[in-house]
Amino acid sequence: MSDEKKTILVVDDDEDFLFQQKVQLEAAGYKVITAPGSKAARALLRTSRPDMAVIDLMMEEMDAGFTLCREIKKTYPDCPVVICTGVANETGMAFDAATDEERAWVKADALLDKPVRFEQLRREIERLIH
Amino acid sequence: METLKLLVCDDEMGMRMGVARALRDFSVDIPDVDESVRFQVELAETGEEALQKIAADPPQILLLDLKLPGISGLDVLEELHEKDIETLTVMITAYASIETAVRATKQGAYDFLAKPFTPTELKSTVTKAAKHLMVARQARRLAQEKRQVRFQFISVLAHELKAPINAVEGYLNVVRDGTIGDNPEIMNQIVFRCLDRIQGMRKMIGDLLDLTRIESGQKRREMERVDAGDMAERAIETLLPDAQARSIAIELHKNGDLALWADKGELEIILNNLVSNAVKYNKDNGRVDVLLSRDGEFLTIAVKDTGIGMTRDEAAKLFNDFVRIKNSSTSGILGSGLGLSIVKKLAMLYEGKVKVESEPGEGSTFTVTLKDTAPQQAPTEALAADPHPASDAP
Repeated sequence: MSDEKKTILVVDDDEDFLFQQKVQLEAAGYKVITAPGSKAARALLRTSRPDMAVIDLMMEEMDAGFTLCREIKKTYPDCPVVICTGVANETGMAFDAATDEERAWVKADALLDKPVRFEQLRREIERLIH
Repeated sequence: METLKLLVCDDEMGMRMGVARALRDFSVDIPDVDESVRFQVELAETGEEALQKIAADPPQILLLDLKLPGISGLDVLEELHEKDIETLTVMITAYASIETAVRATKQGAYDFLAKPFTPTELKSTVTKAAKHLMVARQARRLAQEKRQVRFQFISVLAHELKAPINAVEGYLNVVRDGTIGDNPEIMNQIVFRCLDRIQGMRKMIGDLLDLTRIESGQKRREMERVDAGDMAERAIETLLPDAQARSIAIELHKNGDLALWADKGELEIILNNLVSNAVKYNKDNGRVDVLLSRDGEFLTIAVKDTGIGMTRDEAAKLFNDFVRIKNSSTSGILGSGLGLSIVKKLAMLYEGKVKVESEPGEGSTFTVTLKDTAPQQAPTEALAADPHPASDAP
C-alpha cells in the first residue's frame, strides 16, 4: 500500500453494519466514506472517486446492489466492487463471483455472504486493491 | 351464482323426476355468505350406481332413499363415511324408525326428508343443506386466510427480531476480533449502539405482547370512568425527558368533559404511542400539540407534530403490522413497527377510528376517535353470579 490512504466506499441500508465496517476499516488504515442506500451512493459517487466499493445487495430494491455495481463499473472501470449480502440466508438464492462466467453477469469482483468476518473482507480488499 | 351438485338416489322413477323438476329452476339466496345457489341434479336408481357416480365426481348434496333394491341407503352412507367423502346426505324415508334414524345420524346423515313430501318441503330441506355447506365453506376459507396471515406475521416477526441480534452480534465480533484498535470513543459508541438495539428489541417484545393480548381477547378489560385529560397529562409527563433532550415543546389542550368508559391500560397505550411517535419523528426544536375534545358520545384525541411528515402512499400503509416508513429522515429512529397497528386495533374495540393527515417535511396529525359507551352490566358481579347469562340464549 502506498502512503496515500485508499478510500473505500461502503454502502448498506443497515446502519449498524455500516458503522461496524467503517470503524474496522479505519482502524486498518483506510479512509472510509459511507452511504445508507444506493441512491445516496449515487450522489456520493458524483463528487468522490473511491478506490474500492463494498456494497450490500438488497436495499431499496431487491437487486439495488447489482444495479449500483454496474453503475460504479461504468463510471470507474478500475474500481473493484465487493458485494456483501445476506441473500443466501434470507431467500435461499445463492450467487457467487468465483468464476469468470459468474463475474460476467454479476459484474462484481467478489461476493461475500453475511455475516461477514472482517478478516475475510480485509483479505478481499487487499487482494483487489493495488 | 354458485352451482351445487345434488345427486338423487331413489329406485322410484317418479321420485327422481319429481326432485329434478322441482329443483331445475330453483335458486336460493344465502345472505350469510352473500351468495346465491342453484342446483345441478344428477340421478341414480340404485345404491351401487350412486356410489359409482360419487366416486367419479362427488356431489355436494346427496338425497338418499333408505330402502333400495340392492344395497340399502345405510350401506351407501357407511361406505361414504368410511371413505371420508364430504357429501352432505339427506335421507329420504317413508318409515324411519328411531333406530334407523340413530344409525343414519351416526354414519353422518345430515337431515331427513319424510316421504311423501311436497316440492316446498323438498326446497326447504335442500335450502337448509345448501346454507350449511356454504357457511362451512366460508368458515374454512376464513380459517385458511387467518393461517396465512399468521404465517406471514410470524415470518416478518422472526426477521424483525433477528435484526437487532445480528447487530449486537456484529458489534461483539468487532470487539472480540480487536479490529478497531483501542479508541475508547469508538468502544463507547459500540456499547451505546448495542444498548439501543437491545432496548428496541425489548420494546418490540412489549408491543408484541400488547398485540397478542388485544387480539386473543384474553386480557380482561376493566371498564371504568376514566378522565382522558388526566391520562394525557401522565403520558406527556412520561415522554417529557425525551422531548426536552431535543428541545421539543409538548402542549395539552383540553376541551369539554373528557371522561369516558375505558380500560385505563388501553387508553394509556393509545396516548403513549401517539405522543411518543410525535416526539420521535419530530425535528429538534419542534412542537407537539395534544388536543382532546368531545362531540356527543365521541371523544377525539388528536396529536399534531411538526415532524418529518410523510407522503400519502406512506400514510396509507402506516397502520398495518410491522410497517415502518424507511427513508433518510427515519434512519436512526428505532421502532417496532407495531405501535400504530396496536392503536388502530384498540380504537376498534371502542367502535372508533384512526386517521392521519400529513405533509412531508411539515408534520403529521394523528386523530383517534373513541366511542364512550357504558358497559352493558357491571361485569364482575354478573359474571360471578352466572357464567352463562340467560340473555345470550337465542
